Amino acid sequence: MPEPSDSIVSLHQVEKWYGNNHVVKNMNLDIQKGEFLTLLGPSGCGKTTTLRMIAGFEDATSGIITVQGERVEEKEPYQRDVNTVFQNYSLFPHMTVYDNVAYGPTIKKMPKDDIRKKVEEMLALVQMSGYEKRRPEALSGGQKQRVAIARALINNPRVLLLDEPLGALDLKLRKQMQIELKRLQKKLGITFVYVTHDQEEAMTMSDRIAVMRAGVILQIGSPLEIYNHPNCRFVADFIGESNIMDGTVRSVKGNLLRVETDDGMILTEGDGFKGGEKICVSIRPEYLSISKDVQDGFSVRAKIKDHIYMGTVIKTSLDLDSGKELKFSRFEPDPSLKEGDERYVFWDPAKSVAIHLEAQEVDA
Amino acid sequence: MNAAEKKPRSKLPMIAQVGPVSLWMILFVTIPMLFIVFISFMTRGTFGGVEYTPTLESYRTLADVIYLNVILKSIRVAAVTTITCLLVGYPFAYYIARKPPDIASRLIMLLMIPLWTNSLMRLNAWMLVFQTNGPVNKALLAMGLIEKPVMFLYTDGLVLLGLITNFLPFAVLPMYSSIEKLQNSMLEASADLGAKPSVTFWKITLPLTFPGIFSAIILTFIPALGTYTITDMLGGGKVLYIGNIIKNQFGTIRNWPLGAALSVLLLLITALLIFIYSRFASIEEMEVL
Repeated sequence: MPEPSDSIVSLHQVEKWYGNNHVVKNMNLDIQKGEFLTLLGPSGCGKTTTLRMIAGFEDATSGIITVQGERVEEKEPYQRDVNTVFQNYSLFPHMTVYDNVAYGPTIKKMPKDDIRKKVEEMLALVQMSGYEKRRPEALSGGQKQRVAIARALINNPRVLLLDEPLGALDLKLRKQMQIELKRLQKKLGITFVYVTHDQEEAMTMSDRIAVMRAGVILQIGSPLEIYNHPNCRFVADFIGESNIMDGTVRSVKGNLLRVETDDGMILTEGDGFKGGEKICVSIRPEYLSISKDVQDGFSVRAKIKDHIYMGTVIKTSLDLDSGKELKFSRFEPDPSLKEGDERYVFWDPAKSVAIHLEAQEVDA
Repeated sequence: MNAAEKKPRSKLPMIAQVGPVSLWMILFVTIPMLFIVFISFMTRGTFGGVEYTPTLESYRTLADVIYLNVILKSIRVAAVTTITCLLVGYPFAYYIARKPPDIASRLIMLLMIPLWTNSLMRLNAWMLVFQTNGPVNKALLAMGLIEKPVMFLYTDGLVLLGLITNFLPFAVLPMYSSIEKLQNSMLEASADLGAKPSVTFWKITLPLTFPGIFSAIILTFIPALGTYTITDMLGGGKVLYIGNIIKNQFGTIRNWPLGAALSVLLLLITALLIFIYSRFASIEEMEVL
């Protein structure tokens, strides 16, 4: 656990109600200095509300929010040492790019020459030099977003809050901006708190991801941790692709579990499980293997349903006896696999994740 | 939104698209207007009507101190009406615009109801309320605030009050529609960048709602300058305004050229205002906001 002194933003038992709607539930979150933290979740999970409470646009119903160790719940947005990049850019349409970027320093009554220097520096940083005199309406979506980022960064915020900033851009531009944003964050060393519903985006950019649902952080960790060790069915399902099989633990040997599912026996690793316990097992499509013969410990039979060529990978759907479908992916095509062929499914038990059913009762 | 986006080309030829409206405007607006301008340069007929001898007589008359005073007074009263409507109307428009849509539309409805009443009826009601033995005087007497009835009718004050209440909805509506379009995220962005609410108001809210304010100015100032029913009834013809003089020149006095010259003056003031507006706002801004 990180020391509290390292955290630049921290939320302690924060609650948010809109009328009878409980949007954020007992949120505890420590955001480290200089990290890129993403709040990830489906729409309506409270991620934007959380961000807006840090920015000061929403008041927490109860709880403590600190920025740099200082409590900010009572502070107005203009008194907080954080800046926001909005989803719809929110550039001021009656001002030029220059005036938009210069807005913060102008309000702080910085000398004009210093402002000019800083604006030039910021526009160069986001590769928008030469656009000073343009009006926002004469910019493309990507350019608007760059200006919005420059307008926020010019204030040297301790923390930059980004609310789905790339949501309105097309896929290719979005991917490019993701990498640029990540590089910018590394270069400046500023803490970024990023909100998105796009798990791929979160995986690409974040140092840590907090997966949220229904106002609760289900899991927080590095993209790799979350991908490889999801702690509940929702996270396993939401991050990347996953095959999730329900079953009952039949035997425990060390951390190796034999699990009986509707389609046969499987093996997985997992700590703290008891014989007879109902669990679910998550296995990524790329870790799944198939063979003609039954493999030790596995007895799940599958029928090849179809292949989809996705460019770099080939995705194959497998039908199980119970009617359940598994996804299976690999890089090299296997011409011997024909639709309708029967195979046995297996995997390295260390690659699959055993998940307690209790963890998903938060779901209900 | 996208400025670069071009409108799809219609199959109808251009003349079919703009023809009917242009014809209408030329027949019923441009030609009558030009006729007014033409008459203003003609001679007054001995028994009314117009003699087609060119002269600048009417404009020379306008320069007369009596007329100048009336014109200046009319402009002053129209300006005070406009400024009051803006000062009262803007906060009101802001208040409505920040309400949820269903409540906002109800408030707008309340604002509109007086406009559905015939203006003569409305003015007569005003006269009844403010007459010497009307309810206002009676109430003031009963409260002991005055010792004898006050003569409200036919005073500049009552004319001004009448003008303000009459034109307030016209000021509120365009400002409401501007403020309503103002995105909350603009205000949030401003606050986020360190601006106090007052700074945000001057730097963001006011400039972005300026088109509405200017529409309000045009919709209030110009009719207030030209009105004659309100000034006639509440002012009782005792205090003269441009509108009353124009009406009188075309009516009882039958000096059409002078009435026309006064109308041209009103037209010029209107044109000047619209010219100033077009200087401030680009076409897109007028449309978008």
